[in-house]
Amino acid sequence: MIRSEILKEIAPILRDQLVVCNIGIPSQELHAIDDQPTNFYMLGTMGLASSIGLGLALAQPKPVVVIDGDGSVLTNLGTLPTIGNNCPDNYILMIIDNGSYGSTGDQPTYTGMKTDLAGMARAAGCETVIEVQDVDTGPALQAALDSGKGTVMVVKCDSGNAKMPVITMDPVVIRDRFMKAVAS
Amino acid sequence: MNIDKRIADELVANDVSFVTTVPCKQLAGVIEEIDQRDDIFHIPSNKEDEGMGLCAGAWMGGKRPAIIMQNTAIGVTINTLATLIQYYRMPLPMIISYRGELREPVACQVEMAVHTKALLAQMNIPTYHFHWQKDVEEFDNILKYTFMCNKPVAILTDANFWGGYGDQ
Repeated sequence: MIRSEILKEIAPILRDQLVVCNIGIPSQELHAIDDQPTNFYMLGTMGLASSIGLGLALAQPKPVVVIDGDGSVLTNLGTLPTIGNNCPDNYILMIIDNGSYGSTGDQPTYTGMKTDLAGMARAAGCETVIEVQDVDTGPALQAALDSGKGTVMVVKCDSGNAKMPVITMDPVVIRDRFMKAVAS
Repeated sequence: MNIDKRIADELVANDVSFVTTVPCKQLAGVIEEIDQRDDIFHIPSNKEDEGMGLCAGAWMGGKRPAIIMQNTAIGVTINTLATLIQYYRMPLPMIISYRGELREPVACQVEMAVHTKALLAQMNIPTYHFHWQKDVEEFDNILKYTFMCNKPVAILTDANFWGGYGDQ
C-alpha cells in the first residue's frame, strides 16, 4: 500500500480526532480524501508536525493524531527525546515510513537503508513504540487510541503518491476552524 | 530587582502558561525560575524551530506560549517564523538572549549579533531591545501587544541587561 491508500482506509477513524498532518503531499491527500475542520494542514515548515501535535496534546485533553513521515522526522530528530520525556497519554505520532521523500520526487531516505526509526524512538525514551505493516494500520491506530497511552507508530509502506490538488485554503482559515474544533 | 523573577511574574500575569527554552548562560536564571513555577509548563526544546512548533500547537490548544532562546536561533528559525508563526498568524513572544553585544566576552557571538536586528527587521518582526534593567518595565506591555496582534515579537536582552558575565 502507498500512503494515500492508508489514509483512505483510516479516514473514518481520523474523522473524530484532532489531526496534525505533515507538509506537502500527505496534507494534500488527507484534504482531498476527507477534509475536516479537525484537520490541521501544514503548508510549510518541514519537520514540525510532531512538535505542533505534541504542543497541542500537552495543552488540552482531546486525543491528537499526528500524521508524519520518515523524511520529516529525520529532519527534526530532536523531537524524539522531547516526546520521549514529555509524552502525554493523548498523543499519537503516526510516522508513515515509506523510505522516501515523497513530496520532492521520492528520493530515498535513510530509513529505507540502515536507519530504524522505531529503534531511535525507543532509544529517545518513547515508552510505547509499535511497528505496523501498512495493511494493519487501521486496527493498530484504533487500538492505540483505545489504549489511552501516548504512542509512536511506525507504519511501513510502499513509496508513492496519489495525484491530488494543492490546498488553496488560506492558512488562517485552516488554523481558525481548527482552533474552533479544538475548543468545541 | 530580581530580573528573573520579574520576567516570570509578568509571564504568569499575562496568562503565559507554556514556555519552551533552549538554554544560554545569560538565561540560566530565568529558565530556572520558570522551571520552578507551578503556573507555567516548562518544556525544554532541542532546537529552536522545534520549540516554535511546540508553541504553535500549545497556542492552538488554548494556552499562551513563549519561547526563550539565543539570538543565534534567528538564523535557525527564519523559515519557521515565515511559514508557520507568521503564515498562520500566531502570537509568539520570543525572549532572546542578545549575545555578541556590549560586554560580550566571546568574539564569535558578535558574528550573529551584527545580523540579528537586520534579520528581524527583514521579517517585519516587532523588536524591542532591553539594555538597562529598567527596560523590563516594558515587558508587560510587550506581552499584551503580542497577544493583541498575533505576531511573533522579539525581546532582545543583552549582557548589560543581565548584569554582565561576572568573572568571565
